Amino acid sequence: MKKIIELKNISKAFDGETVLDGISLDIHDNEFITLLGPSGCGKTTTLRIIGGFEYPDEGDVIFMGERINDVPPHKRHVNTVFQKYALFPHLNVFENVAFPLRERKVPKKEIQEKVEQMLKMVMLSGFADRRVNSLSGGQQQRVAIARALVNEPKVLLLDEPLGALDLKLRKDMQQELKKIQKNTGITFIFVTHDQEEALSMSDTIVVMSEGKIQQIGSPTDIYNEPVNAFVADFIGESNIVDGVMLADYRVSFAGHTFNCLDTGFGKNEPVDVVIRPEDVDIVPPEKGMLCGTVTSVTFMGVHNEAIVDIRGFKWMIQTTDPVEEGAYIGITLEPDAIHIMKKSKYSGMFGDYSSFSNELDELSNPDEGEEA
Amino acid sequence: MKTSRNTQMAGTYRAALAPYSVWSFLFVLVPLIFIAYYAFTDNSFSFTTENITRFFTATSNMVQEDGSTREVRTYLLIFMRSLRLAVISTLVCLLMGYPIAYIMARAGEKAQKTMVTLIMIPMWMNFLIRTYAWMTILQDTGIINGILGKFGISPIHIIGTETAVIIGMVYDYFPYMVLPIYSILAKLDGKLLEAARDLGCGTLSVLRRVVFPLSLPGVISGMTMVLIPSISTFYISQKLGNGKFFLIGDAIEGQYVANNLHFAAAIAFILMLILLVGMTVMKYVTTRYVYGGE
Repeated sequence: MKKIIELKNISKAFDGETVLDGISLDIHDNEFITLLGPSGCGKTTTLRIIGGFEYPDEGDVIFMGERINDVPPHKRHVNTVFQKYALFPHLNVFENVAFPLRERKVPKKEIQEKVEQMLKMVMLSGFADRRVNSLSGGQQQRVAIARALVNEPKVLLLDEPLGALDLKLRKDMQQELKKIQKNTGITFIFVTHDQEEALSMSDTIVVMSEGKIQQIGSPTDIYNEPVNAFVADFIGESNIVDGVMLADYRVSFAGHTFNCLDTGFGKNEPVDVVIRPEDVDIVPPEKGMLCGTVTSVTFMGVHNEAIVDIRGFKWMIQTTDPVEEGAYIGITLEPDAIHIMKKSKYSGMFGDYSSFSNELDELSNPDEGEEA
Repeated sequence: MKTSRNTQMAGTYRAALAPYSVWSFLFVLVPLIFIAYYAFTDNSFSFTTENITRFFTATSNMVQEDGSTREVRTYLLIFMRSLRLAVISTLVCLLMGYPIAYIMARAGEKAQKTMVTLIMIPMWMNFLIRTYAWMTILQDTGIINGILGKFGISPIHIIGTETAVIIGMVYDYFPYMVLPIYSILAKLDGKLLEAARDLGCGTLSVLRRVVFPLSLPGVISGMTMVLIPSISTFYISQKLGNGKFFLIGDAIEGQYVANNLHFAAAIAFILMLILLVGMTVMKYVTTRYVYGGE
């Protein structure tokens, strides 16, 4: 695949505070790429640098082989769907979509055709004369997408575009965006802090934290093979346990030695072990590799979410079987349920559910609203 | 239950409004009724339309530049002159005020506060004193000519010209233009400007296609707030125009001082009607064609 944008060693600081710290990233033609990370990780700044609204302090932005560090936004073949849509309130739907075409002095007839075609694509035919303020959030979102795509940009930047929509609408728009991206063949660079959204839409996910890229990969890679405790914790739920790699395919943690699929670590190297809650099998205590007491059970609809105390470390286990609070249970782990990561600065910071509650989890991942 | 609470709310609302209603009645409505009453009565307070007709028909002889005299309709001429000077002042205020309002709105928070204060300081001083100050500045032997003289430039004659009157009006009413525009521009969502740039607009284009249309409500209220007081202003023209440019406000004052209360009221009444019609049209245009009106 052809590279369309290359970020080379980009750094950016605001008021002496580093926001981006040596970001390098290749973005390919026709790719749906998502920048994912918590508030303040630098994902929006990265997007704004690509859009031309911020200039990097260091490093280069290459667009189709050309360095565009100093090219102003209106001269870039890139368009943006803004977080709160930024539709022009003094113009109706038609004129909002026609805005970039009028700027280029496109002939009237062509404007009419193109705008109609765009409105049709976002399923807003018949809304042309409506004032944008009279539209619902979802409709405004569609106008914003039509307006950004009418110029046929090479790359579309989307800054948390679904953040303001309710859950159901959000799911629909995810599908629709993906469809639009496939049909138009335009590269989408999507910014979000919602890992589910990222997993379901993206070809490639870039996980960011503290101004650095933690991992780049396909959704399955990122989920199954997180590189460190931060990624493992941010993408889905994970139990992250201290372990020791005894030899290739042999790891010891929680007082037991397990078979695993990982190789290439030093003998007796300390490692982080990731076990996804859905990969744990519950068995009677006498058959368990590890045993523990269930301290709480939450019914989640499809499954139960149990917190299990195993030698003082609280594990999260998701199971479709009934479990009861206070029960003493055994668990087994298949080799492919165990993922080994090298120790990193994030070791020990994540993956322990001793203070877990769904509510707290939501509090610590607030809707980011306006991120710088 | 719900209805009773609503009635109660409405009652509270009305009670809270009462002082203002009384105030408006006593000091807005009653004086207006008096003006209308005086305008349509003669000295013995019997009904007449003579004062109104006089406004439209009174004539006088005006000496023209070539020395010949011409008969003119006195008050219509004065009214048109007032309108013309007021329109020019308003446009000058707009042309000078818009860029300043724009610069203020984009400045840092501290600078914004300083600039707002600077714009407002002249308003703290008495209107007459401000006008006298301009006299000393503009006089043939005044400050401007003094400075010009130091550079060896021959003195210019401003005082007693229309220019002097316009300078006075612009100075007095400038804040009323700047502040409404500034308050709209300061609230403008920066994301809209980014969106415009993103969609291909250069700086000028952003101003023309996004900033200006969105600031129109401020422009219109600024223009109204400058146009109306400058149309009815008096004194400025007497002092800075050497009395040569008698304005409609001066006419009202003159008739009042001469104890022609009924005719003074008639001029005021007609002026009010014209302004009212003008404002209604403006408001209609605003709601109809300008963003934010609906």
